Amino acid sequence: MATEEMEQLVRREYKEGFVTDIESETLPPGLDEDVIAFISNKKGEPEWMLEWRLKAYRAWLKMTPPSWAHLDFPPIDYQAISYFSAPKRPEDRPQSLDEVDPKLLETYEKLGIPLHERAALAGVAVDAVFDSVSVTTTFKEKLAEAGVIFCSISEAVQEYPELVKQYLGTVVPQTDNYFAALNSAVFTDGSFVFVPKGVTCPMELSTYFRINAENTGQFERTLIICEEGAQVSYLEGCTAPMRDENQLHAAVVELVALDDAYIKYSTVQNWYPGDEDGKGGIYNFVTKRGDCRGDRSRISWTQVETGSAITWKYPSCVLRGKHSIGEFYSVAVTGGRQQADTGTKMIHIGEGSRSSIISKGISSGRSNQAYRGLVKIGPRAKGARNFTECDSLLIGDQCGAHTYPYQEIGNSTATVEHEATTSKIGDDQLFYCQSRGISEEDAVSMIVNGFCKDVFQELPMEFAVEAEALLRVTLEGSVG
Amino acid sequence: MLEVKDLHVSVEGNEILKGLSLTINAGEVHAIMGPNGSGKSTLSAVIAGREEYEVTSGSITYDGQDVLEMSVEERACAGLLLGFQYPVEIPGVKNIYLLKAALNAKREAQGLGEIPAPEFMKLIKEKAALMQMDASFLQRSVNEGFSGGEKKRNEILQMLVLEPRLAMLDEIDSGLDIDAMKVVSDGVNSLRSEERAILLVTHYQRLLDYIVPDRVHVLVDGRIAMSGDADLARELESRGYDWVLEESVA
Repeated sequence: MATEEMEQLVRREYKEGFVTDIESETLPPGLDEDVIAFISNKKGEPEWMLEWRLKAYRAWLKMTPPSWAHLDFPPIDYQAISYFSAPKRPEDRPQSLDEVDPKLLETYEKLGIPLHERAALAGVAVDAVFDSVSVTTTFKEKLAEAGVIFCSISEAVQEYPELVKQYLGTVVPQTDNYFAALNSAVFTDGSFVFVPKGVTCPMELSTYFRINAENTGQFERTLIICEEGAQVSYLEGCTAPMRDENQLHAAVVELVALDDAYIKYSTVQNWYPGDEDGKGGIYNFVTKRGDCRGDRSRISWTQVETGSAITWKYPSCVLRGKHSIGEFYSVAVTGGRQQADTGTKMIHIGEGSRSSIISKGISSGRSNQAYRGLVKIGPRAKGARNFTECDSLLIGDQCGAHTYPYQEIGNSTATVEHEATTSKIGDDQLFYCQSRGISEEDAVSMIVNGFCKDVFQELPMEFAVEAEALLRVTLEGSVG
Repeated sequence: MLEVKDLHVSVEGNEILKGLSLTINAGEVHAIMGPNGSGKSTLSAVIAGREEYEVTSGSITYDGQDVLEMSVEERACAGLLLGFQYPVEIPGVKNIYLLKAALNAKREAQGLGEIPAPEFMKLIKEKAALMQMDASFLQRSVNEGFSGGEKKRNEILQMLVLEPRLAMLDEIDSGLDIDAMKVVSDGVNSLRSEERAILLVTHYQRLLDYIVPDRVHVLVDGRIAMSGDADLARELESRGYDWVLEESVA
C-alpha cells in the first residue's frame, strides 16, 4: 500500500482503461507481462530481447526492495507508475518561458545557460531548439569515420543485435538487485557506445547531444564497450536542473573494458531535489558498474551529485583483469531535506589490480548523507592495492554525514588504506575570507570548491567549470 | 580617520574592553602594547568585525561612517584590513585565487571592473618579490603547510596587494626569526604613506625597533593606561608593564 504522499508523487493523468491498441503512445499505470510485451513490441525488439526482459520481471516479482541504505522514504507503489509513455506532445508542454517556474529560470540565469538552451531544459515546446542538426551531423560523421558506434540502446538492439546480445547484462545481471531487475524488465531509453579495438574515440561523448530536447527516460539503460586498447570519455547529465515528470528513476549503466582499454565516465546530476520540505523531488536509484575484464584495463567514475530528493547510487568496478585499475571520484552535495546514500564498490579479482576512491560529501540544511564503500580483495588478487579517502564537510548543525566503509580482504599481500575526515566549515575560515572583502556566499563557495578540488580536477575541463558554478548555486543561502 | 570612543566589548559575558578611546589619523603608525590578556587583540578584531565580540557600548567611526553598522566584508572593502596572528589554512584554495578574489571584491566595491589578468600577474609578482616569496607560494593552498614566518609574510603580501587605508597587524612579530622579522618589517614600512595609517598590536618592543611608531599606547585591563611616542616603548622594555600600572593608578 502506498502512502498518500507517494501516490501524489507518481500520480499522472491517463485515459481510462487499458489500451492495447498499437497506435497508442501511452500505457496506463501498472506492470505485468503484457506491459513488458507491449514495450518490447513498441520498440520492435527481437524475441530474445523480450525473453530477457521477462526473465528479469519474473525475478523482480520475487525480490524485495533493499532496506539497508540510510534513507527514509515511503514505499513506492510500482503499479501506480506508467512504464511507457511517448515524449510529451508539444501542445502539452509550456508554450513559452513565461509559463515556466520563475525560480527555475533564475537558476539557469545564475548558471549562465545560454537563452536558447533554457527553453529546451525547461521543457518548452520549441521546434529547432538549438542548432542541433548541424552539430549532430558533423558529430556522427566524425564518429563513423573512427568506427565508433554511439546511438540509443533501442536503436542498438535493432541495428547491432549481436553486440547487444553479447554484452548486455554481463556486468549487471538482470537479477543483480531490485532496481536493476526492474530496469531490465522495462527499460526504454539509454545510450549504446562501442569503441572498436585500438580506437581512441575522437571526441568526448555526451548524452547532451543524443537526448537533445527529448525527456530523459525514467528507466535508462546504458552500455559502453571498449575493445582492446580502445579509449572513450563519456559525459552524462547536465548541470542545469532538468524538469522531469517522472519521480522514480532507476537507471542501469554497464561498462566493459577489454585488455588495455580505458573508459572514463563522468556524471553531473542535478535533478529536482523537491521543495523545501522535500516534496516532489526525484528518487534516483541507480546501478552503475564497470567491468575491467581485460588485463591493464582501466575504468574511472567521476560524479558530481547535487540533485534528487533521494540518491541511492554506487558506481563500482569489478577488477577482473591483471593490473587493471578502478577509480571513483565523487562530490555529493545535499541541502534542504535531501538524502543521499552513495559510494562505490571495488572488487579486486585480478593480480596486481589497483583502485582509488576519493569521496567528498558536503551536507547543509537538514540533509543527510552517507558514504558506503566496499573494498573486496579476492584470494587470487596478489599484490592488489586500494586507497580510500573520504571526507565530509558539514555546513550548519542540522545536517548529518555518515561513513560506512566495508573491507573484505582475502589475500594477505594486498594493501588497503582508508582515510576519513569530517569537518565543519569553520567560522575562522569564513571570517578570514570575509575580512579580505569576500562576501559570505563567495567565501563558502571558495572553501567548498577547495574541498572538492581533488575530484574536480578529474572532470573534463568544461564540466569542471560548470560544476563549480553548480556548487555555488546549490549552496546559495546555506549559511546564516 | 578612525575614532574609537568609550568602547566596551564583551565575550561570552566577560567584559574585555572597558571604555577604550583612540584616535588614529592618516599617515600615523600606532602601536598598542600591553600584558597578556589586556585586550590588545580584541581591539583589532572588533574593528575588523569578528562576530563573537559583543560591543555593549561606545562607537567606532571611520571617515565619518559608523563601522559597527558595516558587515565584515564592507569594512575590508572600505580599507580596514586585519593581518591575523594565526592565519587560517584553507585547503584546496590557491593563494593566488584568494588574492584575486579579494582584490576584485574591493574593486567591485569601488565601482571598478575586474583587474585584467596580465596586470594582476605583474602586480602580484612584484609584491611577492618584495616579501621574498617565490612564485610557488602563490600556487599553494592558502596557508596550508606554511611555516609561521611564511604565514606572516603572506599576511603582509595581502596588505601590499590590497592596499588598505588602515592596516591592522595583530602580533605580526610572533613566531618570527630575525631574518623574517626584517622582511616583514620592510614590507610594513613600505606601506607607510601620508594617506595610510597602521595599527600594530604587539607584546614586545622588539618589533618597534624595525617599525618605528608615531604613537604608543599601553593597554591595561581593557583601557589605555598610558600613551606616548616611540620612547615610551623603550621605557616599557626596561621598566616592565607593572610600572605603567603603578603610574596609572597614581
